[in-house]
Amino acid sequence: MNYNLTYKPFGEQAILIEWPSRIDLKISKDIIAFQHTIQQLQHANIADSIIGYNTLTLKYNDDLKDVDQEIAVLKKTYAKPLIVQDVTNFSWQIPVCYEKEFGIDLQEISDKSSLSIDEIIRLHTASTYGVYFIGFLPGFLYLGGLNEKLFMERKSTPRLQVAKGAVGIGGSQTGIYPTKSAGGWNIIGKTPISFFDIENELPCFANPGDEIQFVPVSVADYKRIEEQVLANTYVINKTAIND
Amino acid sequence: MIRVLTAGFYTTIQDLGRVGFAHIGVPVSGAMDGYSAQLANQLLSNNRHDAVLEMTFGNCRFLFEKEQLICITGADFSPRINEARVALNVPLHVKKGAVLSFGKQQYGVRTYVAVKGGFKSEKVLHSRSYYVGITKEILLQKGMLLPVEEQHQFTAKTFSSVKINEAHFQSSRVCCYEGPEYHLLSESQKRAIQKTLFTISKEHSRMGYRLEESIKNDLPSMLTSAVLPGTVQLTPSGKLIVLMRDCQVTGGYPRVLQLTNAAIDILAQKTTGDQFIFELLSL
Repeated sequence: MNYNLTYKPFGEQAILIEWPSRIDLKISKDIIAFQHTIQQLQHANIADSIIGYNTLTLKYNDDLKDVDQEIAVLKKTYAKPLIVQDVTNFSWQIPVCYEKEFGIDLQEISDKSSLSIDEIIRLHTASTYGVYFIGFLPGFLYLGGLNEKLFMERKSTPRLQVAKGAVGIGGSQTGIYPTKSAGGWNIIGKTPISFFDIENELPCFANPGDEIQFVPVSVADYKRIEEQVLANTYVINKTAIND
Repeated sequence: MIRVLTAGFYTTIQDLGRVGFAHIGVPVSGAMDGYSAQLANQLLSNNRHDAVLEMTFGNCRFLFEKEQLICITGADFSPRINEARVALNVPLHVKKGAVLSFGKQQYGVRTYVAVKGGFKSEKVLHSRSYYVGITKEILLQKGMLLPVEEQHQFTAKTFSSVKINEAHFQSSRVCCYEGPEYHLLSESQKRAIQKTLFTISKEHSRMGYRLEESIKNDLPSMLTSAVLPGTVQLTPSGKLIVLMRDCQVTGGYPRVLQLTNAAIDILAQKTTGDQFIFELLSL
């Protein structure tokens, strides 16, 4: 299609496909479309396909007997028009409480950036973030679109435990910790929404190609939503994205 | 049912792992030494997907509340049924009330115990492999009852044992291919990776093994991309990390080597202080 791709064997059982090395929603769309096309066409034999910012990794069920042959098939597939997935992408409105009890690093970011806490919250909630892919932890979304003013180095000593739902900034990225874990990001708030729930048929509701918007809520609203999430009655606000 | 009397240092239930969920960030997991785990199932004529126990450094005791046919493979930690030493790599008939225990290390790190029909613990996302945040249990605990299918037949089709391939436990060569970023290394960095005798550091787990020796690292940073079990990452400090079965699905460090599946199995039987060299194969 549009890009000059490179194809590399990645061990005995996988092929890595690389797009130009940059974070770019157009590239992300192309990767998603190629992944979908591959899934539709030839590949009962593919066990997992993993998206990165500028890569698609195909992991096969068995050792590849003829990797050159497989790469030739993939190149042929990419040379034809890709099949765009007949699924709607959504923009998800994620409630986040930025109050001090949750936004434990807001003051530090404010001191380092000379932005007021209100300005940090305003900037963080003003952007729409594209979901590029899911990795790191189950349900961790790699998001693009953080305002440059909010870029902030990771903490020099990572915390041993960051809460589930913590919203943070690490370098030029922002994201949500889907489970409690160790982590070095600056924590600015917390969401009651679960990004990975093993009880659900689809453990992670978001998909690459979706968007995330953060909506500031009070502590009281946070608690109310948290109860609804636990009772399985909370429905996340979403709007369909029209291309 | 089998009762856990002593859970050991790090004991989990493992099968072939969780395939098809990497796109939502779920690691593959599965038996660290897949070769030994599969051997145990084969010797019991089990399904290859059946779940087995994976013990690290032995020190486990199990009470058999029902009669079972079992098979022990992998590392030799002097297994006993009651007081009698028993062999590895052969089907064993364990009577009701018997205690299986493990003692002194003879060779290897990870021991596998298969039961006829496989362990029937909770299956999540098509797999019984323990993983934090996915399965309710993440480690065997003292007192736990391990569910197994009721058995009525306690003779194996063959009581043939297999002669264990010593190289699997002794080999100091870890076979690998060039990783996606290998070509970015200079000739001297490539030489260093191929000639250095690497030592496994204290930091090793089912997620990965950090190695002691450093390689000069002047590679540019890269955008986050997929990693696989067996991917060797070159970290900013110059230390190498060999990712193992529980590794994350993506990473941001240059992927300089990719181990063969068989090499991951071999490394799974090594621990702190063990040394090896990377042997580069061409695809």
